[in-house]
Amino acid sequence: MDAFWIILTGSLVALNGALLGSFLLLRRMSLVGDAISHAVLPGIVVAYLFTASLTSPFLLVGAALTGLATTWIIETLNQKARLQHDAAIGLTFTLLFAIGVILVATFAGQIDLDMDCVLYGEIAYVPLDTITLASGLDMGPKQVWTLGSVFVGLIILLVTGYRGLSLTTFDAGYAAALGFNTSFWHYALMGAVSLSTVAAFESVGAILVVAFLVGPAATAFLLTRSLKWMLLIASAVGIASAISGYYLALWLDGSISGAMALMTGVIFAVAFVWQMVAKRQ
Amino acid sequence: MIQHVDNPIIEVHDLTVSYDKKPVLWNVDFTIPAGALVGIIGPNGAGKSTLIKAVMGLLPLSSGYTELFGQKLNDVRKRVSYVPQRESVDWDFPASVMDIALMGRYGQRGLFNRITAEDRSIARQALEQVHMLEFANRQIGQLSGGQQQRVFLARALAQQADLYFMDEPFAGVDAATEGAIIELLKELKSQGKTILVVHHDLQSAAEYFDWIVLLNTRLVASGPVKEVLTPTLLQETYGGKLSLLAQVGDIASSIGVGTRE
Repeated sequence: MDAFWIILTGSLVALNGALLGSFLLLRRMSLVGDAISHAVLPGIVVAYLFTASLTSPFLLVGAALTGLATTWIIETLNQKARLQHDAAIGLTFTLLFAIGVILVATFAGQIDLDMDCVLYGEIAYVPLDTITLASGLDMGPKQVWTLGSVFVGLIILLVTGYRGLSLTTFDAGYAAALGFNTSFWHYALMGAVSLSTVAAFESVGAILVVAFLVGPAATAFLLTRSLKWMLLIASAVGIASAISGYYLALWLDGSISGAMALMTGVIFAVAFVWQMVAKRQ
Repeated sequence: MIQHVDNPIIEVHDLTVSYDKKPVLWNVDFTIPAGALVGIIGPNGAGKSTLIKAVMGLLPLSSGYTELFGQKLNDVRKRVSYVPQRESVDWDFPASVMDIALMGRYGQRGLFNRITAEDRSIARQALEQVHMLEFANRQIGQLSGGQQQRVFLARALAQQADLYFMDEPFAGVDAATEGAIIELLKELKSQGKTILVVHHDLQSAAEYFDWIVLLNTRLVASGPVKEVLTPTLLQETYGGKLSLLAQVGDIASSIGVGTRE
């Protein structure tokens, strides 16, 4: 049963990453996802100090707001200070992450949050932290519920906002000329990225979540030139990475989240080689 | 030579636009009559694209205002269509030709309402008009530059607007596409539509357009083509560069090299 919950948790992290990562990739913003995953740390620590729980909804909201602030700072540095986009990203997320690291160290005595967990997550412990109803019914791990809710929210956003997101991604200038609010869609996407990064953070950590934002989307982009198929293929690649990563970790007796992230890279490499061979023929 | 008209379809009033406090357009003031096919002409960096972006509300104005159909842009947006520069988007975006043409319907339909069979039929008609219907299912990454430009035009046509702003539709397209586009513009004009085109090539300008706006940060001239395309006004627009260009042209033709890209 533990294996099932761990694979389900990994798959949900991968699904959220694959769907959002596809839009980030097409907007040339994959590294913004990286930035958000690190920059939400101070938000998580501060929210944690108030709520003393890693799965509280307040923590999700607090961290998501930090994520939005991150993208806002990046855009402002880029537009107002004329700083290059990559430099603005590098400056912003390292600064916020550093603040988070200092907060974790300062309040280490008061909170149960250590840097190893922050960076790499503890997906193996996910099945231990379950929700039990008053009647004594075991509802399964909290993490699965958190990630599952984010996934459902994400599907709602993608179904209702599919045209808004694809139009503003392909041609923001034209979208604005049609009278649509491109900032709204930008921040809706960034808010979703922040939420799903924070939700994923406890299981796979701040570093590995980036693998799921980039790997499956990049693989799908190699294989298709249709946005709907790209989202589907990225999702499939994400789930395949979670499943194969779990068994790879069992075999190696190593880190589960590390193995899952590794598999996103392996699948990308296979797709890349396959594409090169296919092009030759 | 700035000729103002009564009941203009476009009124640009004392427009100034700046990037980083450096003015790109300075006190530009002109009117365009309905049903005109207008060329916006000027050297590189003259603010031609900036002008149509400013009219489309895509840039903050330092001063001045613009009116379309005698109203604010927001009240008449559905009657106005914009064709951005082809290079402004990433053509590796995963979409088919039909997907892009359908985007032209998003403005009329809204982002949350269903795309109907009528929208699809309008998009197909628009693709037909630019001779791209047979490529409807083709991925946009596989198109040539000229075909990409036609898809952008089809998207604008699908809006079924009355006023069109086109940013360099002739840039980097093959002769066949250039011919097809100018045919299309003339057809739109014959239907009573008004079209503004940012254009680079002086030679073809006289033949393509019936109204010319000469621009070089400041407005140099605005009026019927015959009155505007005079050596004096062109000299004023291009400054020393025009004679330089003429010399380059002479040299190129003497050694048998074309000057058009």
